[in-house]
Amino acid sequence: MTYIYSFLFCGLLCLIAQAIIDNTKLSAGHVTSIFVVAGAFLDIFSIYDKIIEFVGGGALIPITSFGHSLIHGALERTTDSGFLGIAMGMFDLTATGITSAIVFSFIFALIFRPKN
Amino acid sequence: MESKKYQKIVDKHQPKEPKTFNLLAAFITGGIIGLLANLLIDVYTYYFHIPTKTAGIYMLITFIFLACLLTAIGVFNNLVKKGKMGFIIPITGFAHSMQSAILDYKKEGPIYGFGSNVFKLAGSVILYGVVSAYIFAMIRYLIFGG
Repeated sequence: MTYIYSFLFCGLLCLIAQAIIDNTKLSAGHVTSIFVVAGAFLDIFSIYDKIIEFVGGGALIPITSFGHSLIHGALERTTDSGFLGIAMGMFDLTATGITSAIVFSFIFALIFRPKN
Repeated sequence: MESKKYQKIVDKHQPKEPKTFNLLAAFITGGIIGLLANLLIDVYTYYFHIPTKTAGIYMLITFIFLACLLTAIGVFNNLVKKGKMGFIIPITGFAHSMQSAILDYKKEGPIYGFGSNVFKLAGSVILYGVVSAYIFAMIRYLIFGG
């Protein structure tokens, strides 16, 4: 059942993004930034956590989950470090994604040549 | 007045993009990527006995690797033309933006080419993500206590 929810959730997010791009002057950069902010916003009341529980992998792959991971890592640290934990834990959960993206893109940039 | 007339003529002759088709393409490609993500998590937990939370991270790394590789080969741009936002909204779009930025500036050298341009497109995502997450986390910390 989570497979169907994954398909529907991720597909619906992409459909909304496409609708925004087709009907307004916003670019892909605008839409991804808006989605990240939306993902972080949904975590104020732990809504995105419930969506992940319900949907599974389909909720982890869209860029909204990046915003969710940022705020989630920040809040996890506040339990033992207090207010400072927000800054300390900001990249706790997203670090693997960002690090691997940097490393892979560097290695591939050394190997491959740009097309036109 | 002149520019308005000109704009009208331009609008008339611009090729109209099939909007419903775009929406459908984005929905289906995005849906398939979501489904694959869920499948990968299940595969990792079932065959490699990794706990679900770690399997999610491995899944993300797999998708980032694939997106970087496909962008470097030059396939990803054609995929985006077909699948539209279905490839941009998932984490593949984030990896693609970094890989294409670093490749585009390759000829300017390792420091001013690679180094200063990696986050050219992905930077806005990180900046607005961090700023908004900081504000929202502060709100939640002050109201709910973490």
